[in-house]
Amino acid sequence: MAFPETHRSVVLAVRSPDQQERARALEAVVAAYWRPVYRHVRARWRVPDEEAEDLAQGFFATALEKGWLARYEPARGRFRTYLLACLEAFVANQRRDGRRLKRGGGVTLVPLESQDADGETRELQLADGSDLEAEFQREWSRSLFALAVQALRQRCLGTSREVAFALFERYDLEDHDVSERPRYADLAAEFSLPVTQVTNHLHWARLELRRTVLEKLRGITASEREFRAEARALFGAEPS
Amino acid sequence: MKTPGDGALDRLRQVTQWPDLSGRRYELQSEVARGGMGVVYRARDRELERDVALKVIAVAAVDPDTAARLRREARILARLEHPGIVPVHDVGELPDGRVFYAMKLVSGKRLDELVREGLPLRERLRLLLRICEPVAFAHARGVIHRDLKPENVMVGPFGEVLVMDWGVAKHRGEPLVTGDAASPNAAGSAPHATAHGTVVGTPAYMAPEQARGDVERVDARADVYALGAILYFMLTGRAPGRLQASPDAPTRTWAGPRHASVAPGIAAPRELDQDLPRALEAICLKALAPEPEGRYAGAAELAADVGRFLEGERVSAYPEGLLGRARRVASRHRTPILVLLAYVVMRVVLLLVARV
Repeated sequence: MAFPETHRSVVLAVRSPDQQERARALEAVVAAYWRPVYRHVRARWRVPDEEAEDLAQGFFATALEKGWLARYEPARGRFRTYLLACLEAFVANQRRDGRRLKRGGGVTLVPLESQDADGETRELQLADGSDLEAEFQREWSRSLFALAVQALRQRCLGTSREVAFALFERYDLEDHDVSERPRYADLAAEFSLPVTQVTNHLHWARLELRRTVLEKLRGITASEREFRAEARALFGAEPS
Repeated sequence: MKTPGDGALDRLRQVTQWPDLSGRRYELQSEVARGGMGVVYRARDRELERDVALKVIAVAAVDPDTAARLRREARILARLEHPGIVPVHDVGELPDGRVFYAMKLVSGKRLDELVREGLPLRERLRLLLRICEPVAFAHARGVIHRDLKPENVMVGPFGEVLVMDWGVAKHRGEPLVTGDAASPNAAGSAPHATAHGTVVGTPAYMAPEQARGDVERVDARADVYALGAILYFMLTGRAPGRLQASPDAPTRTWAGPRHASVAPGIAAPRELDQDLPRALEAICLKALAPEPEGRYAGAAELAADVGRFLEGERVSAYPEGLLGRARRVASRHRTPILVLLAYVVMRVVLLLVARV
């Protein structure tokens, strides 16, 4: 399967002269990175939830205000690495100055309550050193897949593909042990479909999810090289 | 927006790469292992209502050579009907052109994991005998495995042994396919590969002639070398050849039996564990001889010598002296000798008492 080629990079669009395009780009960057940033702050500086949320919000607000995102140069490395370096500097400054940002720095970027609906139920792993960067990458992957699943759901809603997403949700998204996972025959009975249709729908949904993940990835990377490197890291192998 | 947990994230990563099984009787359940050539899935066979393992060419490897290799692996496995070799049920092509084959789903532990958990020496040796059986069977049918290593041996819950991953196996007289130089990287179908699909070859288990790419000289004795390396691992807990000596270093003569030698960079097992019996070390080093001519002729001959060691008999690899032979005989017949000694001592005592 080929990579999607046409999706414009929001990482580059944050420096667009068009204010609306800039705002949309920033929103996309925040959607992909809010959670990794928040969890990194918690793990790296071992701060309580609320302070981590404040710092994450403050970081994006400051990045917007100071134009940090627009100053990113693709030739100097991955956007994710750049963003992490900015975050490190920002939080270090905040803590050194003993300042605690007013929640969100006056700007609400994402609805915090819904953002953490699932994450709060999981134990936060406090890691050190290089583990932190790996954890940041993992959280970033998690965000990317969550966004892609959300987009896939939206795309299927109200269309003939709704059943494909419902099957995908039951078979692939729900957390089952192998022994508890439903059989295709069970799903076929549940959805009143032939088994062959279950196979086809699941395959379509998986392919669509992959395409959507790659589309989102292309959006938040700045160059073809970065995109391919991130795709390799995400899927383990570069697709043909 | 709900974010996936760690398990769900890993599954999503996997399922987005799963092959299209439209029109097939299998339904994929989970990914079991990933290598350079293929991915192994746990799947449900709807027709026969049983779980199977499906080996499918990896997405990135859809090319005629890889497809040919996978088909060849399936054919080789189909020829080798033996309890120690995974049976193949089906082979075919998916709608996207990827070749697959279905085989028995194997449960159990890999040999390297099992050995690291700690097993008594005799149990380890009995396991080696069971590994030698399917390999000897394959040799008798002209098939050389060429990628034997602890990671490619599965031990089931009842001690049953299965030799896995025949992806680079070669049939006698068969022409080689592209990329079949038997180099470490050619061993691309190893199911123990990392989650990111990187396959690491294991030169430590590879016979020197195989590692050099001297294809003409690679025969059953290359597998004997690998079995010797597995024995070495079972005895010492590490693979041979980790000392990274220069390839130009001279072959070192071993201070054990005459005529034996050790390839550069390999420490004799007793250098690592002095409690190991000398005869067992001799068997191991004979299998690991740098030249094929110095090794056992096949897996059956190696197994026979290990069997003799287990029975307390003289092994062909170890020319023991009188004292060594006496020790071995004494050890083998400990109970009758002790009974005899006790009888003799009793008679002597009775004689002395009678004289007094």
